[in-house]
Amino acid sequence: MEYEEAKTAIVETLTKKSKSKSKFYFNDLAKIMGMKPRLAKKIVNQLVQDGVLEYWSSGSTSMYGLPGVGKQAAAEHED
Amino acid sequence: MAKHATPLLDQLESGPWPSFVSDMKQQAEVRAKNAENIEFQIPQDVVEDLLGILELSFADGTTHWKHGGIVGVFGYGGGVIGRYCDQPDNFPGVAHFHTMRVAQPGAKFYKTDYLRQLCDLWDFRGSGITNMHGSTGDIILLGTTTPQLEEIFYELTHNMNQDLGGSGSNLRTPADCIGMARCEYACYDTNALCYHLTQEYQDELHRPAFPYKFKFKFDGCPNGCVASIARADMSFIGTWKDNIKIDQEAVQAYIGGEFAPNANDHNGRDWGPFDIQKEVIDLCPTDCMWMEGNQLKIEDKECTRCMHCINVMPRALKIGDDRGLSILVGAKAPILDGAQMGSLLVPFVKAEDPYDEIKEVIEAIWDWWMEEGKNRERLGELMKRQGFQKLLKVTGIEPTAHHVQEPRTNPYIFWNEDEVEGGWDRDIDEYRKHHQR
Repeated sequence: MEYEEAKTAIVETLTKKSKSKSKFYFNDLAKIMGMKPRLAKKIVNQLVQDGVLEYWSSGSTSMYGLPGVGKQAAAEHED
Repeated sequence: MAKHATPLLDQLESGPWPSFVSDMKQQAEVRAKNAENIEFQIPQDVVEDLLGILELSFADGTTHWKHGGIVGVFGYGGGVIGRYCDQPDNFPGVAHFHTMRVAQPGAKFYKTDYLRQLCDLWDFRGSGITNMHGSTGDIILLGTTTPQLEEIFYELTHNMNQDLGGSGSNLRTPADCIGMARCEYACYDTNALCYHLTQEYQDELHRPAFPYKFKFKFDGCPNGCVASIARADMSFIGTWKDNIKIDQEAVQAYIGGEFAPNANDHNGRDWGPFDIQKEVIDLCPTDCMWMEGNQLKIEDKECTRCMHCINVMPRALKIGDDRGLSILVGAKAPILDGAQMGSLLVPFVKAEDPYDEIKEVIEAIWDWWMEEGKNRERLGELMKRQGFQKLLKVTGIEPTAHHVQEPRTNPYIFWNEDEVEGGWDRDIDEYRKHHQR
């Protein structure tokens, strides 16, 4: 899957699910793209770099989400 | 006068040991006085509020910290751990109280001017409270606000030649023992390998794509000063293939009391004269040592590298010359339950730059774990779920007797088709000649 195609697929899927879920594991993203983790990582890195996705971390586990989606941003005065 | 009364915390200071409460009170006072006229970039009373919220947690019996967040520095998915308190109105100084993990230098060698620079930065842009070091091995800078993160990161990377460490679902900051820099037991250069792999796997350190955390730790010898065998997903433990070197004259010097055992560690204790039989030979876990006249003998093929004899008589016994390391995998040490020790995967490999053989094993394991690991599943759990045999298969390592933890615990042997002569196919006509339907 090429970058633009992957970007559309991820944004669409995450937006569709955003009412029930705002944070996603890396594996969820790899599955959306239907790619092996190593290759998927390159695209996900770029999506973060381009501001399409943002990291969320509990300290022990990292997840990904669309910027500003979910309670966290508002609750932490960062939106 | 302290901002918050802290009777419960005060009680912690009454014990016989140094107290973190006293340290925090001291730091609160230093910030309040500000004798150095620092232009604090986060609230001056941050430490007072930290003491206050901790007192409240003791009183309530619950935490007032919220878990995690989206804080970080641009392009990095680790190194910053978002902490917010759920009582920002009562304790505004710790409304944001983020942790930063800074990669410690190899074996934690510091120069004092570096430490001063670090503390000056943290007094200016953080709470001034550090944890040197966290159980991860990192330098832990405790407590700053979101706007300070990029500023601190810039200063660390541009002016201090320093980087953030790992957190989240990343490769965590690799940690090593002091190794050959100061220790005669080191069987390989832990500092070199730790540094090499840290540089090699920058992407894995800073951009999370693993199912969960992943730790490398490097012990130069089986004494295991960084306890890699108990807590690293991949531990690299120095070992040797040939014999322990014996200096018989020095053995006699220990027996005669000329050299103090354990490098004089027990000086001042009256344990009587050194008794080699009781203190060394009888304590050998594999019974592979004995005296023949005045000669100490070792059956080296039975030695499991417990290091006891070498530790007791370091001037008489020395590690062998054919040195390298063993790789163990799957250890983890979660706080609540599920602690697991590492299992031996590679009995012996030379540790020589560019470490290609070692990197092949690492990458094969990552490919497997990234694909098959469930979310928040450590390598040790995947090994248990899919089996050690699967691990051998994905790493292309031939099973050897070294891999047997204990014999005869499983009555089944699973064969793959390529391991069986003729494979699974059979000639059905031939079969029916001997077996009726």
